[in-house]
Amino acid sequence: MAATQDTIDRIAEASGTYKYGFVTDIESDKAPKGLNEDTIRFISAKKDEPAWMLDWRLKAYRHWLTMKEPDWQKVGYPPIDYQDAYYYAAPKSKDDAPKSLDEVDPELLRTYEKLGIPLKEQEMLAGVAVDAVFDSVSVATTYKKKLEEMGVIFCPISEAVHRFPELVQKYLGSVVPYSDNFFATLNCAVFTDGSFVYVPKGLRCPMELSTYFRINEQNTGQFERTLIIADEGSYVSYLEGCTAPQRDDNQLHAAVVELITMDDAEIKYSTVQNWYPGDSEGKGGIYNFVTKRGACRGKNSKISWTQVETGSAVTWKYPSCILQGDNSVGEFYSVAITNNAQQADTGTKMIHIGKNTRSRIISKGISAGRADQTYRGLVRMLPKAEGARNHTQCDSLLIGDQCGAHTVPYIESRNPTAQVEHEATTSRISDDQLFYCLQRGIPEEDAVALIVNGFCKEVLQTLPMEFAVEAQKLVGISLEGSVG
Amino acid sequence: MTDLAPTIPLISDGIAPGAADEPAWLADLRRAGLSVYTERGLPTVKVEAWKYTSLAGLKKIPFVLDDGRARLPDGGDSDALALGPDDALRVTLVNGRLAGVPADLPAGVRIASLAHLLATEPSVVEPHLGRIADLADAPMGALNAALMADGLVVLVAPGTVLERPLHVVSVSNTPDGQARHGHPRHLIVLGDGARATLVESRVSAPGAADSLCNAVTEIALGREARLSHLRHVERADTAVDLDLTEATLGEGATYDTFTLTLGGRLVRNEARVRLRGGGASTALKGAYGARAGQHFDTTLVVDHAVPDATSDQVFKGVVDAGGKAVFQGKIIVRKDAQRTDGNQLHKAMLLARDAEVYTKPELEIYADDVTCSHGATVGELDLNQLFYLMARGIPEADARALLVEAFLDDVVEAVPEGPLREAFLGRVRAWQARRHATTWETS
Repeated sequence: MAATQDTIDRIAEASGTYKYGFVTDIESDKAPKGLNEDTIRFISAKKDEPAWMLDWRLKAYRHWLTMKEPDWQKVGYPPIDYQDAYYYAAPKSKDDAPKSLDEVDPELLRTYEKLGIPLKEQEMLAGVAVDAVFDSVSVATTYKKKLEEMGVIFCPISEAVHRFPELVQKYLGSVVPYSDNFFATLNCAVFTDGSFVYVPKGLRCPMELSTYFRINEQNTGQFERTLIIADEGSYVSYLEGCTAPQRDDNQLHAAVVELITMDDAEIKYSTVQNWYPGDSEGKGGIYNFVTKRGACRGKNSKISWTQVETGSAVTWKYPSCILQGDNSVGEFYSVAITNNAQQADTGTKMIHIGKNTRSRIISKGISAGRADQTYRGLVRMLPKAEGARNHTQCDSLLIGDQCGAHTVPYIESRNPTAQVEHEATTSRISDDQLFYCLQRGIPEEDAVALIVNGFCKEVLQTLPMEFAVEAQKLVGISLEGSVG
Repeated sequence: MTDLAPTIPLISDGIAPGAADEPAWLADLRRAGLSVYTERGLPTVKVEAWKYTSLAGLKKIPFVLDDGRARLPDGGDSDALALGPDDALRVTLVNGRLAGVPADLPAGVRIASLAHLLATEPSVVEPHLGRIADLADAPMGALNAALMADGLVVLVAPGTVLERPLHVVSVSNTPDGQARHGHPRHLIVLGDGARATLVESRVSAPGAADSLCNAVTEIALGREARLSHLRHVERADTAVDLDLTEATLGEGATYDTFTLTLGGRLVRNEARVRLRGGGASTALKGAYGARAGQHFDTTLVVDHAVPDATSDQVFKGVVDAGGKAVFQGKIIVRKDAQRTDGNQLHKAMLLARDAEVYTKPELEIYADDVTCSHGATVGELDLNQLFYLMARGIPEADARALLVEAFLDDVVEAVPEGPLREAFLGRVRAWQARRHATTWETS
C-alpha cells in the first residue's frame, strides 16, 4: 500500500506550509549591492576589523574569483547572480547596541516569540544561553556573564576577533581553509557574523549553548561563521536552529562551521534547520550551501553532528569529521525531510587518520511530493588508521511516486585492520510490517505511526531535550503517536 | 575515417578499420563513436565513472592497432588456456578475431565472425549492433565503436535451447613483442524463450607484451529468454583488459552472470543491464583476487525501467599487498518502475598492508513501491575464525588460506553445480596456491 493520506498531510504540515512566514520590518544598514573588494572592505570596516582579518578576507575573495561553482551535486537551481545580492545588512539599532534583553528592539523580540523561542523564558526556564543572530549582527547574548565566569567564551565571532585575536587567528580557517570550496571561500570573504565558543581545559560546559539564525532582510545572503574549540578534557553541546520568513526571492546561505577538539574533549553539535523551502512549486526558498567540518585533533576526542533538515529549497551540506587523534570518535546522525520541490544533497565525510578511530553514520531520508534527496557520504581509512572502525546506515523512505531518493556513498580503505560496514535501504512503509501490526490488533493509523516513529528514532534520540520538541514538531509525521 | 586527430592516444596511428564500402549505418556508428572519444579522450579520475581507475598510464605505452595477423602460439589450440569443461562448444578468439567456428551446431544457433557478417550480410547485425549500447557517456566503448574490426556474433533463434555451454576463449597475443590494442565487438541475441550458457575465458598467450583489449559486448534477450554468462578473466600482468557489457532484457528474461577475475594489470568489468520487460531478472555476481601491481575494477549499472523486475548484485574479493580493487555498483529505479526488488552487496577483504579497496554502491530511485538495499563491507580476515581453526591444530598459513578460499567460494557457488563450478573453484585454489608459494618465498 502507499503511504496513507494522513501521513502525506502530516508531511505537508511538517515541511510544506510554512508557518514562520513573516517579514519583520526593520530599517537596515546595507552595503551596496554586489560583490567586489570594496564590499569586503566595507564589511571589514563596519566590523572595525584588524588588518589581518581584512587581508584574509581579500585573499579568500581573490581565490574565489578563480573558482568554479560546483555542479557535481544532484540538485538543480537557476544560476546565482552573485552581483545581485547584498552582502551586509545589520539592524539599524546596531550603533546603540543593546546592553541587555530589555534594550533589544521589541519588534525583534516579538519575531522570536512568534518562532517560539522566547529568550527570557529560555533564560529562566531552560537554562539555555541564546546567542540570537538576526540577519548579520548578534543582538542579544544571554548568560554570557555566567559562562565567562567559568572561563567559557561564547560570543559573536566579530567580538572574538577583537577580544581574542590570538585564538581566532590560530583556529579560524584551520579546519576549513580559505581555499576549501566555492561556497566556503565565498564565506571567508564576506562572512558577517556567527558564534565563537572556547571551552577551557577540563571544563564540562554546564549548559547547552544555542544560536538561532534568522534570515530577514530581502536579498541578503547570510554568511555565518562559527568556530568552536573544546580544549583538553572539556565538553560542550551546541544547538543551532533556523527559521526564516517567507518571501519569493531565493536567498543564498553559505555558512561555515569549524569545530576543534583537543585530547579527551567532546563537542556535540545539533541543528534543526527549517528555513523557508519555497512554495509548493518550488518558487522562492533558501539555498543552503553549508560547509561544516570538525577536526578531532586530540586523542580520545569526539565530535558528534546531529541534524534535522526539513527546510530550504536546496540543501548542500556535508558535516564532516577529520579523525586525527588516536581513539577519536566521529558521529553523524541525520533526519532529512524533503517535500514539494525541495532538493537536498546531504551526507557526511569521515576521514580516519589516527589509530583506533571510530565513526558512526546514521542517515534517515524521507522524500515526498516531487522532492529529490541524495545521501552522499565518504568514509576514508588512511594507511595509518590501524584498527579503525566505521558503521554506516542510510535508509530512505519514499512517500508518493513522484519523488526520488538516492544514495551515493564512497568507501575507501587502505588499511587491512580497518573495518568498514555500510548498509542502505530504500522502501516505502512495508506491507509486511503493517500487516504484522494489524494482525496483532494495532489500528492502521497507529501502526504507520509506529513504523515511521521507528524509522527516525535512532536519530531523534540523539538530540538534546531542548531540540527534541522542535524536531518532533518539524518531523511531524513521526512521533505524535496518532499518525495514520 | 580520415579525420583522426593525431594527438589523441590510441588513434594517433591513424589506422581505421572501416572498409570503404561499409554500409552507411555502420559508418555513422563509427563516426559517432569517434566523435565521443575525441571529445572526451582517455578517461581520467576526474570523470566520475572512472574516479578510482585511471587510464592515463596508457598514454605512455606505444600501442599499435592490432592488425589481425596474430595467431595462437605455435598454431596450437586454446585447450591449455581454456577453462574446462571438455563437452563445451569451443570458440577461440585471438586479439578479438574469430579463429574458427564449431562445426556441430544445433539447429537454430548461428555463430559467426562479426567481420564476416559485416562484409557479407550486414543486415543480420544491423538491427542490434550499436543499438543496445549507449556510448554517449562511455568514451572507451565509443572508441570500440570507431575501431571495431571483429568479434563474436551468437544468434539463437526463438525457442531454441542450447544444451551444451558455448565456451569462448579470448586470447590476447603479441607474438612480435609489439604492444597492441584491439577492440573486439561481440553481439549475443537470444530470441523469445531461447536459452544458452556462455562461458568466457579471457587469457593471455605466454610471454605476451603490453596489450590493451577494449571489448564491447551487446546482449539482447527476448521474452522469457535465459542467458547464463560465466566469465573467467586471468590475463597476463602486461595486459589491460577493459570490458563493457550492455544487456537489454525483455519481459520475463533472465540474465545471470558470474565473473571471476584473477589476473591482469588493469581489468575493468563494466556491465550495464537494462530491465525493459516486467518480470525480467538479473543476477550479477563475481569474485576477484588482486595481487601486487594489479588493479581490478567492477562497475555495474542495473537500470530498472519497468515495474516488477528484480536484480541482485553480489561481489566478493580479496586484495593482497600492492593490489587495488574498485567496486562501483548502481541501481537505478525509474519513475513508475514499481515493485522493483533490487539488491547489492560487496564484501572485500584486505589480506595485507598496502592493499586498497574503493567502493561506491549507489542507489538512484524515483519510484516509491520498491525494495532496494545495498551493503558493503571492507575489513580483514576474521580473527575469531582464524583462532578457531588454529585452536584445532591447523597451522596459521593453512588456516588463512582456508578462510580466504571459503570467503570467495561462497560466491563462486553462483555458478551452476557441475564441472563448470569445479573449474572455477579450481582457478580460485590455484590462485591461492600461487599466493601461498610467493608469500612463503618472500617471508
